[in-house]
Amino acid sequence: MKGFLQIHDPLKPRGSVVGIDLGTTNSLVAAMINGKPECLVADEGGSKLLPSVVHYAANGSVIVGRHAFDVLPEYPTDTIKSVKRFMGKSLGDLETKKLGAYKFVSGKGVVRFDVAGGQPVTPIEVSGEILRQLKRRAESHFAGKVEQAVITVPAYFDDAQRQATKDAGRLAGLEVLRLLNEPTAAALAYGLDKGVQGLYAVFDLGGGTFDISILELVDGVFQVKSVGGDSSLGGDDFDRAIAHQVLDARGITAPNVQQVASLLQLARAAKERLTDAAQTELVFEGVPFPLSRADFNAWIQPLLLKTGSSVRRALKDAGVTTADVKGVVLVGGSTRVPAVRDYVAELFGQPALADIDPDQVVAYGAAIQADLLTNEDRKDEVLLLDVIPLSLGLETMGGITEKLIERNSAIPTAQGQLFTTFQDGQTGMDIHVVQGERELVADNRSLARFRLSGIPPMAAGMGRVQVTFRVDADGILSVAAKEETTGITQQITVKPTHGLTDEEIEQMLLDSIDHAEDDMQRRLLAEQRVEAERLLIDGAKQLFENGDLLSREERAALEKEFVRLERLRKIETNHEALKAAITEIDTLARPFVERIMDRAIGQAAVGQRVEDF
Amino acid sequence: MTAVQTQPMATPSPVPGGKPMGKGIGLTDSAVTRLQRLLAERQTPEAGLRIAVKGGGCSGLAYHMEWAEKARERDKVFEREGVRVFIDPKSYLYLMGTELVFEDGLLASGFKLQNPNEKSACGCGDSFSV
Repeated sequence: MKGFLQIHDPLKPRGSVVGIDLGTTNSLVAAMINGKPECLVADEGGSKLLPSVVHYAANGSVIVGRHAFDVLPEYPTDTIKSVKRFMGKSLGDLETKKLGAYKFVSGKGVVRFDVAGGQPVTPIEVSGEILRQLKRRAESHFAGKVEQAVITVPAYFDDAQRQATKDAGRLAGLEVLRLLNEPTAAALAYGLDKGVQGLYAVFDLGGGTFDISILELVDGVFQVKSVGGDSSLGGDDFDRAIAHQVLDARGITAPNVQQVASLLQLARAAKERLTDAAQTELVFEGVPFPLSRADFNAWIQPLLLKTGSSVRRALKDAGVTTADVKGVVLVGGSTRVPAVRDYVAELFGQPALADIDPDQVVAYGAAIQADLLTNEDRKDEVLLLDVIPLSLGLETMGGITEKLIERNSAIPTAQGQLFTTFQDGQTGMDIHVVQGERELVADNRSLARFRLSGIPPMAAGMGRVQVTFRVDADGILSVAAKEETTGITQQITVKPTHGLTDEEIEQMLLDSIDHAEDDMQRRLLAEQRVEAERLLIDGAKQLFENGDLLSREERAALEKEFVRLERLRKIETNHEALKAAITEIDTLARPFVERIMDRAIGQAAVGQRVEDF
Repeated sequence: MTAVQTQPMATPSPVPGGKPMGKGIGLTDSAVTRLQRLLAERQTPEAGLRIAVKGGGCSGLAYHMEWAEKARERDKVFEREGVRVFIDPKSYLYLMGTELVFEDGLLASGFKLQNPNEKSACGCGDSFSV
């Protein structure tokens, strides 16, 4: 808005609010206008789609959108596309290396692109440029300020990716009111929140990604029951299917880069024509190639079947069948393809909702949500719930995962649990936050570590630390540990250094199922080992302090058992055998424990004055 | 409509006190169209645009524009095609002959005031001096 005058609105002191669909391929900005969501002009030529492409020029200027897209072939390393795939990721993540021909700045932590015109940029900064452009366009529309927005994110985005998206919003000068899951936004756009309670499916097929989400509406609140999909399946594959047929027909086995590029463009146009026409023709290098919708449908059939298996898996994860689904929403430009619509209708046994432009539907939902959040009169009407994709917990003795928040819990949520010290005089406690479904910490993903220190020295088990996990509405986790007697507190907000793809999440879930029985055995064994260690520590201490209560024979018998347990603790792999050994020592030591107790009570009584009784 | 007297655009108008004043306030066609749309979107077709000049800003004086539900008692009110502009008498001293334009640019679009009284203006667009 530089150079232009803004019209201030005394009724809206903070400016207008918008909903933003920050997409992998295209981004959109929408607002409520006369009570209805509307996408605003976002790029040159009145386009509502802003290509999510950012070009960094040598003179330091930054270009976003169509124009940046056009210069991509010329400046492949200075022009960043699909930056969403890099959000919250580190260079170590395998997937990031496959994307584009970028020059990365080496080093640990977040990905940084080496681009022309200045400092290397992070994915957050690149996304920030896209958001800034959308903000500027919206301000042009309203001739006023735009400072608040709801931004949509994929349902499978983890804490790091969500935090990165929020940071990008802040960089662009936007207060992010809420991160909204894309499928939930689509459902809101169709007003499903005001409809029948039950299950809804959101089928999102974009240019390069496919997402399926199963949502449940309860009391006007959406919960994500399950998510699935394929991060490398989309309309671009349809174009490739056509291109392959043309190359085969022409007998071209090794096409050059220009041929591929021009053919893909022609294929895309032919695909779009087949949405309305039953027959069309593609002219490649002067040679016509006729194709019918029936041909095209047959070529993409394998791709459709892939979406089908993702859908079935998502339904299975949610523990439901297609018969339970009350409605299906189509999202993404590729759902315009008639074969896709037919396939989805067949899959769910009902036609899908497709009245709203599938490119704009997510932005609509974001605008509706933004309006709800800022409109005082309607604030109480809708509360949106999302779920966390993987369980959150912490490490306890023996490398065991103690889950505090179970996977699929609706957020925001908070859970607390009391933990005790393991050793006498223990003054610190390491809080290791982990994510995942497995029983042992080593098999899960480490999110953060911190140490609560300053616990006053006490006997083992006497120090009490209350650990609270809190996940806010945006899926950001904060962990607090509080020592009960002194009140000392340590807190951490988890912004993991790298993220997870939906495939990885899926893999983690599958692993946990595959290893369920084995995992449980290992957990039980780990628990018994901890128990044995506790017993050995305590035993040694008691022998030292109260050994005089035992006869020489008793003491020798007990020490022999301790040695045996020490050995078993290390080599025994059967948790039941270890437990039996512990129980044996317990029984053997009972008379000793009783004598210690008697002495302790006697000493306590001696130490008191009569008046105190 | 409020009880405030409405005057045609760009014609001399009497000022309280009877002293003759200069030219009025102009709005370009594109500015009218845009304001009509913004008012409709705001669902307040009866409201008007208040233009004021305030002290401050990088060059001494600054423009301020805001939506106003109705005119104040001593406001000068201009109207074109249903779009009303309210200006307080003091600001009017600095705004006589000014035209409100709407520019549709490649990267952004917005309003500007073209004020013949301006001696210098600041790049920020808000601030000027006379």
